[in-house]
Amino acid sequence: MINNQIQFLLNDQLTTLSDIDPNTTILQYLRQHQHKSGTKEGCASGDCGACTVVIAEAVAGKLRYKSLNACISLLPSLHGKQLITVEDLEDGDRLHPVQQAMVDFHGSQCGFCTPGFIMSLFALHKNFPDPSKHQTLEALAGNLCRCTGYRAIVDAAAAAKNHGADQFDRNVAHTIATLNSIARDTMAQLSLNKELNDGAQQAFSPLSLSQLSQIMLDNPQARLVAGGTDIVLEITQMHKKLGTIVYVGNVPELQKFEEHDDKFVIGAALPYSEFTPHLAVHYPEFGDMIERIGSLQIRNQGTLGGNVGNASPIGDTPPVLIALDAKLNLRCDDKVRQIAIEDYFVDYKVTSQQTSEFIESIEIPKPVSKAQQLKVYKISKRFDDDISAVLATFNLTIENDVITKARVAFGGMAGIPARAANCEQALNGQPFTQATIDAAKAQLASDYTPMSDVRASKDYRMTVAQNLLQKAFIEISQPQTNTGVVQYA
Amino acid sequence: MRKLVDLPTKESSKVAGKVGVSHKHESADKHVSGKAVYIDDRPDRSDQLHGAIGQSTIAHGIVKSMDLSKVKAHPGVEAVITSGDVPGKVDIGPVFGGDPVLVEEKVEFMGQALFAVAATSHEAAVKAAKLAVVEYDELTPVLSVKDALAKQNFVRPTHTQSRGDAKTAIGQSKHKLSGELQIGGQEHFYLESQISIAEPTEEGGMLVYSSSQHPSEVQILVAEVLGVPFNKVTIDMRRMGGGFGGKETQAAPWACLAALLANKTGRSVKMRLNRFDDMTATGKRHPFENTYDVGFDDEGLVKGIDFTINGNCGYSPDLSDAIVDRAMFHSDNAYFLEHANVVGNRCKTNTVSHTAYRGFGGPQGMISIEGVMDDIARKVGKDPLEVRKLNLYGQNDRNVTHYGQTVEQNILPMMIDKLENDCDYQARRAAITKFNHENQFIKKGIALTPVKFGISFTVQHLNQAGALIHLYTDGSIQLNHGGTEMGQGLNTKIAQVVAQEFQVDIDNILVTATRTDKVPNTSPTAASSGTDLNGKAAQAAAKTIRGRLVEFASEHFEVTQEEVIFKDNFVHIGDKTMAFAELVQLAYLNRVSLSSTGFYKTPKIHYNREQAHGRPFFYYANGVSCSEVVIDTLTGEYKIERVDVLHDVGDSLNPAIDLGQIEGAFVQGMGWLTTEELMWNDKGRLLSNGPATYKIPAIADMPEHFNVELLQNEPNREATIYNSKAVGEPPFMLAISVWSAMRDAISSVSDYKQSPVLHTPATPERVLDAVMQMQQD
Repeated sequence: MINNQIQFLLNDQLTTLSDIDPNTTILQYLRQHQHKSGTKEGCASGDCGACTVVIAEAVAGKLRYKSLNACISLLPSLHGKQLITVEDLEDGDRLHPVQQAMVDFHGSQCGFCTPGFIMSLFALHKNFPDPSKHQTLEALAGNLCRCTGYRAIVDAAAAAKNHGADQFDRNVAHTIATLNSIARDTMAQLSLNKELNDGAQQAFSPLSLSQLSQIMLDNPQARLVAGGTDIVLEITQMHKKLGTIVYVGNVPELQKFEEHDDKFVIGAALPYSEFTPHLAVHYPEFGDMIERIGSLQIRNQGTLGGNVGNASPIGDTPPVLIALDAKLNLRCDDKVRQIAIEDYFVDYKVTSQQTSEFIESIEIPKPVSKAQQLKVYKISKRFDDDISAVLATFNLTIENDVITKARVAFGGMAGIPARAANCEQALNGQPFTQATIDAAKAQLASDYTPMSDVRASKDYRMTVAQNLLQKAFIEISQPQTNTGVVQYA
Repeated sequence: MRKLVDLPTKESSKVAGKVGVSHKHESADKHVSGKAVYIDDRPDRSDQLHGAIGQSTIAHGIVKSMDLSKVKAHPGVEAVITSGDVPGKVDIGPVFGGDPVLVEEKVEFMGQALFAVAATSHEAAVKAAKLAVVEYDELTPVLSVKDALAKQNFVRPTHTQSRGDAKTAIGQSKHKLSGELQIGGQEHFYLESQISIAEPTEEGGMLVYSSSQHPSEVQILVAEVLGVPFNKVTIDMRRMGGGFGGKETQAAPWACLAALLANKTGRSVKMRLNRFDDMTATGKRHPFENTYDVGFDDEGLVKGIDFTINGNCGYSPDLSDAIVDRAMFHSDNAYFLEHANVVGNRCKTNTVSHTAYRGFGGPQGMISIEGVMDDIARKVGKDPLEVRKLNLYGQNDRNVTHYGQTVEQNILPMMIDKLENDCDYQARRAAITKFNHENQFIKKGIALTPVKFGISFTVQHLNQAGALIHLYTDGSIQLNHGGTEMGQGLNTKIAQVVAQEFQVDIDNILVTATRTDKVPNTSPTAASSGTDLNGKAAQAAAKTIRGRLVEFASEHFEVTQEEVIFKDNFVHIGDKTMAFAELVQLAYLNRVSLSSTGFYKTPKIHYNREQAHGRPFFYYANGVSCSEVVIDTLTGEYKIERVDVLHDVGDSLNPAIDLGQIEGAFVQGMGWLTTEELMWNDKGRLLSNGPATYKIPAIADMPEHFNVELLQNEPNREATIYNSKAVGEPPFMLAISVWSAMRDAISSVSDYKQSPVLHTPATPERVLDAVMQMQQD
């Protein structure tokens, strides 16, 4: 049975949507359908944060708050959740404490980015009542302000700490009960349909792996949407319709996170922000790098499956996953096949994924010994929320000053994220010395022929790729030497 | 007679929001609650249409044919217009001609508007606009300054400012240097993209809501494209979501197109540019490529300098004449250039027409001379700060600029000394030298640079302003002025001025939307002049009304005028005290006019451009900043670790707002010089056309330690509004210290023997290139 609707809380109002174009973004829904114009469009591409709204989910008897970019989020992702916008924060005629702090510290000038900042601050203080500076910067890195220079906003964020209970806290029991009742009522598969001039627009929102498998068999051309942080740009920037959309965020099997003795198994549709802390315990540099993918709004939506599946030549996770020899579990119907992730990328934006097949999960091996070192470097013009010019990963096992195993992979150096086979060969079995590194650096020139584009020239890409191997060597062999200017903590 | 309102009886102890206090932005509560209405937030009218433009896909050529049948056939499309449909003038060039509202025949840059569509939804209009089939006869585009110079391809004639004999002075100098600096442009990236709504009026005119820094110019241009008298067009501008110069001339095309489409359809039309369209279709800060020859002595004292300032103006004049002039006016910055020859070329290229942006050419002139100071310092083996100090303007001699203006109130030497001391420059310099000896891969740099920025429009007639004040019988005040609110706090400051004049709480004063039917013939809110000009005009209006009230009270109560004192929301009249509103009511009943205009024009300024001599600026605003950076010599990555700023705003009208302007300008300037890279390909296509490829500073780019101080006890010695100084643009150029500090860090690789070439923006790639230069030399 298919239930042609979705349900969610629009602030405190239970809202049912049906007969609406599933290509509608949350931002368009708010501004054009609900005439709530507090949430702004700055870029319609998830880069500026002016459209930031907050989603509350009931998890284990509590509400979990997440900021996200309404401009690149589709309606099916709202099902069973509470959508909170800037208009909802005032309690009667009293400003919310985060709003009042922004007024008191002169945190707004032109005011256009301000609703987005307010919502990011609201979620920040819900999750961290007394946020550290790092947590504050992380929460706000996806909100661009062109006027203030940010100092006043950072001060406002600090001043709003421990602000005490607000109306959302007071209503928490009722909110959770309502959200749970939506979940209980959802026995059927969900969908949204709309007949439009440019054809039927349909969105499925399967609730199980078997439903998803069947939909993919029946609709091999369907577009999978998890976070949607890349694919929705086709709607908002290229002005296309997606046709048949399959929203996979409600499939429990794709949301799983398993930690085994020897590996992690990460569901393809699990957002970054949910698994990164676990991964960072074993691979701190991988964790640090993920913190620089997009913004918190993006990482609250974006997924590993999406990052792999869209097969960008840059990354940011595929080069790391290749260097770690991660595996992909690809499902079609009831059949699952496992492939090495490096075999997934065939050519520019071409993968080895078959018709009706989809990524179910990603398996990442844990470090096998203390001798294994994972170095991850992201080079971009801006530290936060930028696309890499070069993404380098060196996975080196060094025993008794000999490199016993080397896996090296780069993004931004070729049409696909790719291993540096010649460089690896120059490292494998060799003493861990400057001479070996020099030889391996030279081999990078035979592994890759990078291109010049808006992010960097081909010469810089090659030079910096070689220098990053040098940097990895220094950092491993002389850990006391100062090598970094970019700080993650 | 209708009843007048009840009056307050409680005396308040003081006036809230008077001049000099950090009153919050007038819209702060609305900003944070989503209640501030921007143009796109206005509810659609029932007949609302949405506009979009069809853009050229080549940079240079002749349109052979344009097939718009598919555009017209797209569902929802109500009208499509080309230049042939313009009833009035097609050229909307703001000062000089050359900007067709729609291409007539010749395409001059990629992204230029060929036609415009009105449809029932924004989506439909945008989609339809992509369906045109256009054939071109392509011409070779000119895409670089060097190409334009070689072809003598200019939008305006070359201009020269000169004093003494630079060539001879350089020739006779013991040391000589020459060099080139390529300076990148900058996208404004106001968060609210360009937008206008045009509503036809019954007179055949137009009411236009336009997000514009220059409503009067929008009014003129809309009237001209429609072919109607100016009085039939009204522009309404409540607030912009950021401007920075990008909505001075660049707002007009969209207002004109909305009006043309509204005129054609008889319906209200909204024209909102998507971010990517905005970035390709609107002008940016001019890229410059400046060269210099300088002669100096053993100490590093400049004897003679020859600058060639080459602005990349894009395809049309726009404001480029004045912008390149301002770059020339600031090629001295704070330094006495005894023999100077400054040549300014206005290069024409087939890119979007570059336009006003915070600093208006000043930054590109200033960074050039600051680069020269660093280069001289390396040559004579001194700390660049010593060379800067040596070359500063003097107090009584060596105090006239190369364009003939005497530098008065020369407080920069004192400010430099103060900041050098306050930020511990010398001790940190020593620590950095030690750090650099001890660290092979990571290098630090520090620089302390001054800013002296001339305040006034260099186009003299723009230095005027008007205001309009109404008092109502409950004592509330409506205030209107010709300036526009783009976030800079202009309305707040001007309300403070009026609160001060009437001695009433600022909450009694409502600043209403800027409208061309309230205050006419206004100047753009630009050149940092908003408060200087409009504050004075509002003060004049308030003084007029206050004068009438004083005159009335003195006659009515038979006291002298001196005995009528406005204080703390009350008026003391002899031994009587009454609420402000009570006097207003009494004046109304006695038929005293409670409304007045106010007008102001800047005194003292004069300039003869033919002789390049005079006093173009009423005064100078000053600032000093010291930046410390750390760079990675393996990757070129960097971090700005600490910034200290001391800035001169005279007597601040609102310290919190001024601080916000300084911090915001600094970070914006830092973005210009570091991460914000505009890139065009060899076809003239803008590659950095969205926020994914064009990176303005994010929150973590803010300097780790950021100390900003307003200079105290230095009122403007000119009679500006409460002796304050303009603040919008000057602090932008404080960020030059970041670039200079990066060059310092890079120079350390050569043990400070070499001065690196570091074109801007100094991306990690450029920094690494510069480090490699040092390693090779």
